[in-house]
Amino acid sequence: MSETRTLEALSLAAFMAPGAGRGRRVSTRDLSLNLDDLARATSLDADSASLEGRSVALVVSDMAKAAAALIELDGLARQILLCPPGVDAVTLAALARVAEIDALVHDGDAPEPDVGVATRVVCRLPLTPLAAPRRRSFATEWILPTSGTSGTPKLVAHTLATLTAPFQPDAGQRWATFYDIRRYGGLQIFLRALAGVESLTLSDPNESVEAFLLRLATAGATHISGTPSHWRQALMSPAIRRLSPQSARLSGEIADDATLAALKALFPAARVEHAYASTEAGVVFVVGDGRAGFPATLIGERSDMTIRIEDETLRVRSRCTALRYVGKDAPQLKDADGFVDTGDVVAHSGDRFVFFGRRGGIINVGGAKVHPEEVEAALNAHELVRASRVFARKNPITGALVAAEVVLRAGASADEATRRDILAACRVALAPYKAPTSLTFVAELPITEGGKLARHG
Amino acid sequence: MTTRLTILAAIREVAAEQGKTLAPLADDLPLMESGLDSLCFAILVARLEDALGADPFSEAHDGRLPITLGDLIAFYETARV
Repeated sequence: MSETRTLEALSLAAFMAPGAGRGRRVSTRDLSLNLDDLARATSLDADSASLEGRSVALVVSDMAKAAAALIELDGLARQILLCPPGVDAVTLAALARVAEIDALVHDGDAPEPDVGVATRVVCRLPLTPLAAPRRRSFATEWILPTSGTSGTPKLVAHTLATLTAPFQPDAGQRWATFYDIRRYGGLQIFLRALAGVESLTLSDPNESVEAFLLRLATAGATHISGTPSHWRQALMSPAIRRLSPQSARLSGEIADDATLAALKALFPAARVEHAYASTEAGVVFVVGDGRAGFPATLIGERSDMTIRIEDETLRVRSRCTALRYVGKDAPQLKDADGFVDTGDVVAHSGDRFVFFGRRGGIINVGGAKVHPEEVEAALNAHELVRASRVFARKNPITGALVAAEVVLRAGASADEATRRDILAACRVALAPYKAPTSLTFVAELPITEGGKLARHG
Repeated sequence: MTTRLTILAAIREVAAEQGKTLAPLADDLPLMESGLDSLCFAILVARLEDALGADPFSEAHDGRLPITLGDLIAFYETARV
């Protein structure tokens, strides 16, 4: 599958060259990696020959360690499986089997992850001196788990070329992200930071949103990326007022007008953008006009990107899409014309298209289809609502009804009057079968490891 | 509140929310002529499950479903909670 290449080909080392000598760092709460040091030091406790040409599972806890290992493994390993944080043993074993893993890079802490391979290398910070220069002779495939909100992830293969196709290096961006860099959204930010000249600030799963925002303020982050769910959490934290980004970027979930407007009000000088991207389709487009959805003019054929709509679902062909799903019995990623089916349902509305949600996430109310995301957008548009989650409630008459959980804005009282007011607003905004028929107030909503609203089932 | 009064209040509430005009609520009123549609009934059943802790429509039953409003009230009054 992989082929050797010349050193002139795209490599992370070449990518990082503009920032060399500037002392930039990749920092998490607990660790900090000086990128310049990687030229003559290593995070790995084995010589690189033992990992050359291998299919390596990267299973480490801290993202600064993951950053070091990714930079070291690119060009050396045949494949890198970027294991998501907190992956359970059963899922890890399944992913390793599908990716035909034959080496492991891990923390060295007990219990060691079990992927059934003999070659096991420990990744540690701080770095130790490098014995011999690294060999980089492979066009490494980066294997990423898909970031669905439920079920076992599928694996997709990218290369540095598909991962970095979406962007042009741009020097002055001090990036930060709520994402984990082992998922597509976070990996995009990691690679953008490497291509630039400034430091990167990363989150920690055991850190409060408030503490992370304070670190971002200290680091002077100028470009901050996360899901709408991440940003809604941030909007509930006083520390968000300490930030003054040039760009606040939302991706990974449908961006709604309410969240976009709240960020624009808080950061009037910043670009508030929402990117449409997925692990499979790559980055498709970025919308910068502050409104949900995207201009209808984006549909159509361009030299580097063709977007079309089939069965109300977005299909994408571009240089940014993944190569394929990984595994012997894996489904086809692309159709005969090279299009990736995103599974994201859109609808035409004036001069724009709006996202309706995932094709598979539909609630069926007596045969009528309801996308939870459309109902959540209506809920979030209410002035008392900060965040919401919509799900199916079983019903003996219609099969299902639409139910909702709501996080109120600070100062709103969780009483019957508020409940009735929100539900009444939904009945005005939505068709009767789409409006929630029950609503509970909750203090917070569960967010997946990937930063997306956790869906039921 | 008795089961009967809970049901009558819930019917009026659902009808008002959904903009339906109700027929006079007498025990011999056929439910299909009450002015509620199937979505209203679905919502009513969900509300009554929350209020009374019972959903006789989902319980194992002998296949007899209520025809009139009086049947519906009896259906809930005899339901296992």
